[in-house]
Amino acid sequence: MMPTVISALPGLPLQGGASLSTALGVDYGALAPLFIILGVACVSVLVEAFVPLAQRARVQLVLTLAAIAVALVVVIVRATSGVPATIVLAGSLSVDSVSLFLWGTLLALAIPSVLMIADRSVEAGGAFVADPEALAEAQERAGARTPVTVGAGGAGGSGSDGAGRAGSSRGSATPPPEMHTEVFPFVLFALGGMLAFCAANDLLTMFVALEVLSLPLYLLCGLARRRRVLSQESAVKYFLLGAFASAFFLYGVALLYGYAGSVRLSDIAAAAAGSLRSDSLLYGGLALLVVGLMFKASVGPFHTWTPDVYQGAPTPVTAFMAACTKVAAFGAILRVFFVAFGPTALEWRGVLWAVAIASMVIGTVLGLTQTDLKRMVAYSSVAHAGFLLIGCLAITPAGLSGTLFYLLAYGFTTIAILGLISLVRSGDGEANHLSAYAGLATRSPVVAAALSFCLLALAGVPLTSGFTAKFAVFSAGLGDGEAPLVIVGLVCSAIAAFFYLRVIVMMYFSPPAPDGPSVSLPGPLTTVSITLGVVVTLLLGVVPTAALDWAAAARFLG
Amino acid sequence: MSPTNYLLLSAILFAIGTVGVLVRRNAIVVFMCIELMLNAVNLSLVTFARINGSLDGQVMAFFVMVVAAAEVVVGLSIIMSIFRTRRTASVDDANLLKY
Repeated sequence: MMPTVISALPGLPLQGGASLSTALGVDYGALAPLFIILGVACVSVLVEAFVPLAQRARVQLVLTLAAIAVALVVVIVRATSGVPATIVLAGSLSVDSVSLFLWGTLLALAIPSVLMIADRSVEAGGAFVADPEALAEAQERAGARTPVTVGAGGAGGSGSDGAGRAGSSRGSATPPPEMHTEVFPFVLFALGGMLAFCAANDLLTMFVALEVLSLPLYLLCGLARRRRVLSQESAVKYFLLGAFASAFFLYGVALLYGYAGSVRLSDIAAAAAGSLRSDSLLYGGLALLVVGLMFKASVGPFHTWTPDVYQGAPTPVTAFMAACTKVAAFGAILRVFFVAFGPTALEWRGVLWAVAIASMVIGTVLGLTQTDLKRMVAYSSVAHAGFLLIGCLAITPAGLSGTLFYLLAYGFTTIAILGLISLVRSGDGEANHLSAYAGLATRSPVVAAALSFCLLALAGVPLTSGFTAKFAVFSAGLGDGEAPLVIVGLVCSAIAAFFYLRVIVMMYFSPPAPDGPSVSLPGPLTTVSITLGVVVTLLLGVVPTAALDWAAAARFLG
Repeated sequence: MSPTNYLLLSAILFAIGTVGVLVRRNAIVVFMCIELMLNAVNLSLVTFARINGSLDGQVMAFFVMVVAAAEVVVGLSIIMSIFRTRRTASVDDANLLKY
């Protein structure tokens, strides 16, 4: 009886006890990055419980960075050593060259994100809510002084919440209490989920990974120290809409299971290629699956959460989400399109053309009307998701490599932009309104120059990574007969350049307001992450060959 | 009874859940509607397992239950935190972020 039960596990065709051990044998070498990240995430939870408050932040930061760096080294060693691609854990994860590229990208983007999250110089005490233990100590130190309960930020009304008091104590001589260090295990769990999401070889693994990456992100969005109410509102919106979208994803999985009798991507492709079964389950399943994936990637009509969450979440979390979630979601989209639905591409591609066009147009047109810089970055990410979809819809090696390169380039640029945005501050936290950027160049020429460079990269100006990436994606689209999509893409890029240039004009050609915001001097952590973002943006624009070659060598293992 | 009827029931439950998410205002009720959608999916997974004659679908239903339980923990904690600051769980009142 036992073998029967085990063979019923998804995608695990077993005959007897002999093949059982080989099938359940774990290829630790291939899975090392995933195990390192998730294992250290668990250790990091224990650190939270047992290490004293004074050292906790430092220990967590070192542990997190070490885990990511070691995992990145393991990925690079494996990618360069030419170990053949394998499918591990009884068919649930595929460690092929695409997975390795995406893993490398995710881990490389996670390092500057974690540095920004850990920074405590830009926002005194850190960008996240105060640790309850630290808060209690701070209140003890404050002694008889009655805690004032006023809103912790511009949005007011924080009420009896502990963090509201934490924010209001900033005017006093005592430093504000340290931030919650639980953000580090959250980031690691989310990162582990992302690694599994873009390597998932069956839809059930993909669903579980989707939740593992989403749940910590929902919580991270609600943990801002300033503007608590906005932050919590963004968390509620992200959570409800995210859970709604994952229910659609799951229904799609169920329909595809009904169609193919398996949730393995290659089995779905095989079932679709040679069967006389009704196609309604297949395409119904694909449609629902795509809704869930497009939601995560903030594409087109499924983008409604993006601006609210990007604006409300703490800026370092926005950077992490904007860069890493995009990579993971598009990694999964690529795998579903190429491995499971490649043979039937002609049937469904037309519908997704409409989605890509909607995404580009919505992102561009609504981006024009924004006056808040973080919302503008959000709409720009919707437009960029449309451009990325052009690459995904070209089911060719060029489309694959173009999309992979685009993800790498876009991630670093976005992290740098959000890092720079977090530096422009007024009395009550970040000043994100466009008017705050008037005359920024006279106050801080370096920040203005770096921000201009990154905005030009988003617009796709030559000598930046944005140009190389757009060129790769658009030429792949043209090569696969998507000329109308590419034309819409070019027109949208041209229109979108207007709102990027508007910020640059504002910074250089407007007189600074007398009571304008100040540009805070970033500590070493934020400086490193912004520098990394800017340098990679420049390098991928000037000498993109190495990264392009690595992306071009990436192939799926069905 | 033909297993197709269960698929139909699952689709109806999923649709009820979807409509509930779209029209209800209380965050807790919206969340319950999402749980209804997940459980509707469980029903169709088990039905497909029966139709296909394999156990995969039933195993998947267990995974979905675990994930749904984790989602409840995170979701209720987020809704609790916003309820504490605003004294309301209505999703219509959370309207500071827009346009």
